[in-house]
Amino acid sequence: MFYGYLDRLEDILMASYETYHHDVLVIGSGGAGLRAAIEASVAGVSVAVICRSLLGKAHTVMAEGGVAAALANVDDRDSWKVHFTDTMRGGQYLNNWRMAELHAKEAPDRVRELEAWGAVFDRTDDGKILQRNFGGHKYPRLAHVGDRTGLELIRTLQDYAIHQKIDVYQEHTIVSLLKEGEKVVGAFGYDREKGLFKVFHAKAVIMATGGMGKIYKISSNSGDCTGGGISLAYHAGAELIDMEFVQFHPTGMVWPPSVRGLLITEGVRGEGGVLRNKQGRRFMFDDIPELYKGQTSTDEEEGWRYTQGDKNAKRPPELLTRDHVARCITREIKEGRGSPHGGVYLDIAWIKEKISNASEHIKRKLPSMYHQFKELAGVDITKEPMEVGPTTHYIMGGVRVDADTQMTTVPGLFAAGECAAGLHGANRLGGNSLSDLLVFGKRAGEHAAVYAKGTKAGSVDDKQLEEIATWVLSPFERESTPTAENPFQVQSDLQEEMQKLVGIVRVESELNEAIEKIKAFRERAGHAACGGNRGFNPGWHTAIELKHMVTVAEAIALAARERKESRGGHFREDYPGKSEVFAKINVSIQKDAAGNMVVKQVPKLKIREDLQQIIDEMK
Amino acid sequence: MAKVVFNIWRTNPSGGEFRAYETDITEGMVVLDAVHQIQAEHANDLAVRWNCKAGKCGSCSAEINGHPKLMCMTRMSDMPEGKPVSIQPMKAFPVIKDLVTDVSVNYRVKKSIKKFKPRSPDAPDGTWRMAQVDIDRVQEFRKCIECFLCQDVCHVLREHALHDKFAGPRHMVYNAALEMHPLDIEDRTGDLKNAHGIGFCNITKCCTTVCPENIHITDNAIIPLKERVADKFYDPLMKLFRIFSK
Ligand SMILES: Cc1cc2nc3c(=O)[nH]c(=O)nc-3n(C[C@H](O)[C@H](O)[C@H](O)COP(=O)(O)OP(=O)(O)OC[C@H]3O[C@@H](n4cnc5c(N)ncnc54)[C@H](O)[C@@H]3O)c2cc1C
Ligand code: SF4
Ligand code: SF4
Ligand code: FES
Repeated sequence: MFYGYLDRLEDILMASYETYHHDVLVIGSGGAGLRAAIEASVAGVSVAVICRSLLGKAHTVMAEGGVAAALANVDDRDSWKVHFTDTMRGGQYLNNWRMAELHAKEAPDRVRELEAWGAVFDRTDDGKILQRNFGGHKYPRLAHVGDRTGLELIRTLQDYAIHQKIDVYQEHTIVSLLKEGEKVVGAFGYDREKGLFKVFHAKAVIMATGGMGKIYKISSNSGDCTGGGISLAYHAGAELIDMEFVQFHPTGMVWPPSVRGLLITEGVRGEGGVLRNKQGRRFMFDDIPELYKGQTSTDEEEGWRYTQGDKNAKRPPELLTRDHVARCITREIKEGRGSPHGGVYLDIAWIKEKISNASEHIKRKLPSMYHQFKELAGVDITKEPMEVGPTTHYIMGGVRVDADTQMTTVPGLFAAGECAAGLHGANRLGGNSLSDLLVFGKRAGEHAAVYAKGTKAGSVDDKQLEEIATWVLSPFERESTPTAENPFQVQSDLQEEMQKLVGIVRVESELNEAIEKIKAFRERAGHAACGGNRGFNPGWHTAIELKHMVTVAEAIALAARERKESRGGHFREDYPGKSEVFAKINVSIQKDAAGNMVVKQVPKLKIREDLQQIIDEMK
Repeated sequence: MAKVVFNIWRTNPSGGEFRAYETDITEGMVVLDAVHQIQAEHANDLAVRWNCKAGKCGSCSAEINGHPKLMCMTRMSDMPEGKPVSIQPMKAFPVIKDLVTDVSVNYRVKKSIKKFKPRSPDAPDGTWRMAQVDIDRVQEFRKCIECFLCQDVCHVLREHALHDKFAGPRHMVYNAALEMHPLDIEDRTGDLKNAHGIGFCNITKCCTTVCPENIHITDNAIIPLKERVADKFYDPLMKLFRIFSK
């Protein structure tokens, strides 16, 4: 008999599992996951890290500008209090204040610790870690390595972690968490190479799966960022908050089309780069928000001095928070003052009027930007301006966690890094993510280990495993059905609609349309089919991933509809102002018993008195 | 818009073969875009590694028209016009499927290199002082994105498959980053000479040519390391000095 379709299907549908046991299981090997794993291993429990890609290649590798920490190496007026206040102001006071406090206090130690583990940051003249200006940070605060800080951070953690007792499962994807009653007791996944099922039993699981930029068409994120972990946690019952707050970075590449969205670091503006429309006007001077009037310059010359380290100068408006800069750029483009390919101009070349060796200076300070434009767009940024426009960059929302322990609302499940929510409120300041990964990665590792030590291993019933296995393999069975959908097509249609309907400027009618369309996408995702076999099969991987992408898309759209005001990363054309009511509320999302997504408004946490005082004093 | 033919290596039970795919190329596209397009239109199960699509993660290494390159940083406009483009997996590593290779040997070699060991801190607050000029060199090495293209092109690994005798250029760069780190006090010269086989490198400089980060692998990393090894093990004066200072 021939080895026909049915035989092949039989091979494919073999649902046997390999089983592993660990105390703490970390899902994700970006900065947050690695830092968590290191801390858990220090606590002496058995630790494993799972990553969908190879070790050291997570999205964190792309971070450019720096890691924020009030080291006060460059300006001794800086302190945790100022960093705390900046973070709260940036987040428009919707932040979890306790996280903002811990973050500001602990970030300096976390950065210095990296140096002890071999990181090599750029230096000040007196040999300390150099810090640079970034939007929303009052003083130069970002420790950095040129514009490849993420690489330095992930490599340092990776090289340290491989000498700890940590098991690493590379190119393994988790498709579902496993539960026993209310508790999370493990995770179900497959290895990409062979497509074999793996069941990981763990006393505590840490989600460190990063962001979700890839559910939008124009995004600065790496291919890994599909929001998987947010969806995994949601389906395991965890509460999500602040999902409406997506950060659109003001400066992504706009040309050529194939690199549209690729990030241009804020560091370009920190080094003196300016934004102009096609008339050559520095349009950022035209609209400076009330909250920042006191610390923003209205004079071009003063702005330049600020970027060159003059402590008495105020910052140029190009360094206002990202949400604001992104909207100003969108306005210029919309009103017909944009550049030929639908962006505006970002000019660093102009600094040759100010300093003699400008070309060398730019190449040294912004090497990967120079490289990126030269190689991908054929533009020499030391001579010509860049064309830039907003790009989907970061999600402030995610899994709700306890500030001190990073435990989610589900026992046994922790979360840290971009997939967790709270620190950034309505808008994240640049540099506050890398520090977030370090501070809360460490805390998650520490507390997951404590939790694991105090708990017994759970067990998982076979029925749960079978259900997951059947679902994971279903795309193969749909291959030649009449309703079969190409998973890549569904994915790109979803990205397109999210970009169009739940993007930088939102309005009720479009959000309603989006929510309807997302329902249809869920349907289509259920028809996603694949051919081939289980060995390294991207069609299959994408077909499975769609469920998670649709879940995250739905959460964002629902939360965006719920928040009827404009604040931080969330801008509603139909409610352009801030609302007193929503100032006191976080939007929460959870799955109900019937499996529906439920949206709720929950009162935000009441800030501790002494911290409120700090904020008031620094107004 | 132009149609271009791609001959892409596809594995099959009897090894593999080049298969031809045709796709539309528009302005600014890179090779990885074309591969993704082919994957979406014609071959959903075509295996390819990628992540950042920005030359930062070092996942998408392959051989394009025979040259080891990052697919995401190779522009279609740099390909010879009107000719088919061939894409195959890196030759120095076993193929897993299609364009994906098993690079795990690199992770094993790296783990065998002695880890960073800093001198005690310079300041009472536990921090160190380093001058920028003293770290420029190390920062060059730390730009490495672990794409392993240099490992792919090095004849010691590619033609002679001496993965267990020679650590390869990437790991020479890694060794150099540690050895020349101003704070590091570990000594790796013994390992370099023996376990990591620095003697196998005969300075052909092929590795330097393919490095997408433009790291001067041979001149700045390997040669100075060779000098250190020579100083330590072959310099008669140094040897005497060591004997008497014991
Ligand atoms: C271009 C760019 C520049 C940036 N620059 C800065 C900057 O200068 N400063 C700053 O503070 N922030 C910056 N950010 C933001 C910052 O880089 C990210 O927020 C941060 O790196 C996220 O880290 P993470 O550890 O949470 O997750 P990631 O680094 O995204 O890691 C996620 C991990 O989870 C794994 N994973 C995901 N899903 C699954 C699954 N289902 N199963 C198994 N594994 C899974 C992935 O493989 C990966 O290992 C930048 C972002 C971008 C896009
Ligand atoms: S210079 Fe040495 S390491 Fe580099 S390719 Fe030649 S032999 Fe290999
Ligand atoms: S040294 Fe260069 S070629 Fe070699 S792995 Fe690193 S980046 Fe790639
Ligand atoms: S995809 Fe990251 S280097 Fe090409």
